[in-house]
Amino acid sequence: MHLDKFNRTLIRIKPEKNINCLPICFKDLSLIVDERKILSSLNLSINSDDVTVIMGPNGAGKSIFLKILNGILTPTSGCITWNNKKQFSDTLNTQAFVFQKPILLRRSVIANLDYMDSVLGYKKKISKDRLLEIVQLKKQKNQPARMLSLGEQQRLSLIRSLMLRPNLLLLDEPTANLDPASTKIIEDIILNLKMMGIKIIFVTHNILQAKRIADDIIFLNEGKMVEHLNKQEFFSNSKSIEVQNYLNGIL
Amino acid sequence: MIEFVEAFRLAFNLIITLDANILEIVLLSLKVSLVALIVACLVGFSLGSILAVSKFYGRGIVLIIINSFMALPPVVVGLAVYMLLSKSGMFGWMNILYTPSAMIIAQSIIITPIVLALSRQVIEDLNNEYSEFFKSLKISKLQIIKTLIWDARYTLITVALAGFGRGIAEVGAVIIVGGNINHFTRVMTTSIALETSMGNLPFALALGIILLLISVLINSLVMAFNLTTKKYAFG
Repeated sequence: MHLDKFNRTLIRIKPEKNINCLPICFKDLSLIVDERKILSSLNLSINSDDVTVIMGPNGAGKSIFLKILNGILTPTSGCITWNNKKQFSDTLNTQAFVFQKPILLRRSVIANLDYMDSVLGYKKKISKDRLLEIVQLKKQKNQPARMLSLGEQQRLSLIRSLMLRPNLLLLDEPTANLDPASTKIIEDIILNLKMMGIKIIFVTHNILQAKRIADDIIFLNEGKMVEHLNKQEFFSNSKSIEVQNYLNGIL
Repeated sequence: MIEFVEAFRLAFNLIITLDANILEIVLLSLKVSLVALIVACLVGFSLGSILAVSKFYGRGIVLIIINSFMALPPVVVGLAVYMLLSKSGMFGWMNILYTPSAMIIAQSIIITPIVLALSRQVIEDLNNEYSEFFKSLKISKLQIIKTLIWDARYTLITVALAGFGRGIAEVGAVIIVGGNINHFTRVMTTSIALETSMGNLPFALALGIILLLISVLINSLVMAFNLTTKKYAFG
């Protein structure tokens, strides 16, 4: 990882406007699909400006939680407030979303990045070559994006989302099924973004990964919030049986 | 048997020597079908993409109607266009019955539902794949449509070629609205029908061979596009 180059490039990734979105409050938020409660009366508040990790077993509603935050899904009832306002921001694209399964355009690697410029129309351009270099994809820049390996696709997906210059970055299991090298690249980027003041909400199943990157952890189970603690408390003092079962590999 | 062999020999001779009559008929056929295709693509791709990204009450019924129009009988289209363009018809004042323009209108009506229905399906499938990405970007419908059309371009070219194939091979509608007038509205399919009935087999055969070659060319292009799509994982 070329950290010095990365940091220089980061300056350009900085949000165009610094918008304080904290605290992010879920107020009695529910999502019901076909009479099935996916999220059930969630009440929580995210206050820390670091990395918040969402954990929980399969079907807990972690990805849905993230998609509701991003506006991809609309809750059945309840609401989210951002810094006590109903709207995160009037400006578009203050959030970026990295999907578990990368959604890449049927274009070359570089064209996937160019697309963001054409859609967003930012005047201050980011050096795409440098971004590609950071995630070790410079050699593949003219290859069709869908011919990349899963790890490469996910790295491309991450840097493409950074072209939005987000204030809030939502990542839905971005390292699931990736090899340790690809995982490390993504984690390094996330930690660097955190240092820049970008709020990160990260879904993962990986306990070791949560230990490495989390500052606070929200634990969901069956659409309900079980715990919201800082990392140290979560791993050493959680009173919840569900959390203990999860950490012990039973849940 | 010897007669047929001789007919083939004469037919190839007509093609090789670029017979003026044959050339005139082939060029008119290509012109009519290409213009009809352009009209069909403009209407079909625009409406197809709008339909692909829109949700509205009664959408299912609209899709059923459009899909049914893919199987429109050409002679019925020919009859309808004839009635509209004849002197006592709604558009009789245009005086275009028995002209290439009337043939273009008839072919456009036949090809458009094909291009529209197929392009709608292609674009909708792609939109389903991209939709969460678009939602996360919060971009406009127009930007979404532009992206989808560009990314589906290889498949859409295949759709257009299928429409062209249908247009150029069509005989029922163009003979009704074109009238098969020599040196004016005579195209390959109508000429083949006429010359065969008149016993001029070499001429009909020459046109038939060219029509087949065009069909082979179109299919080769479709295959080439499909292979390109797969090769570059755009598909």
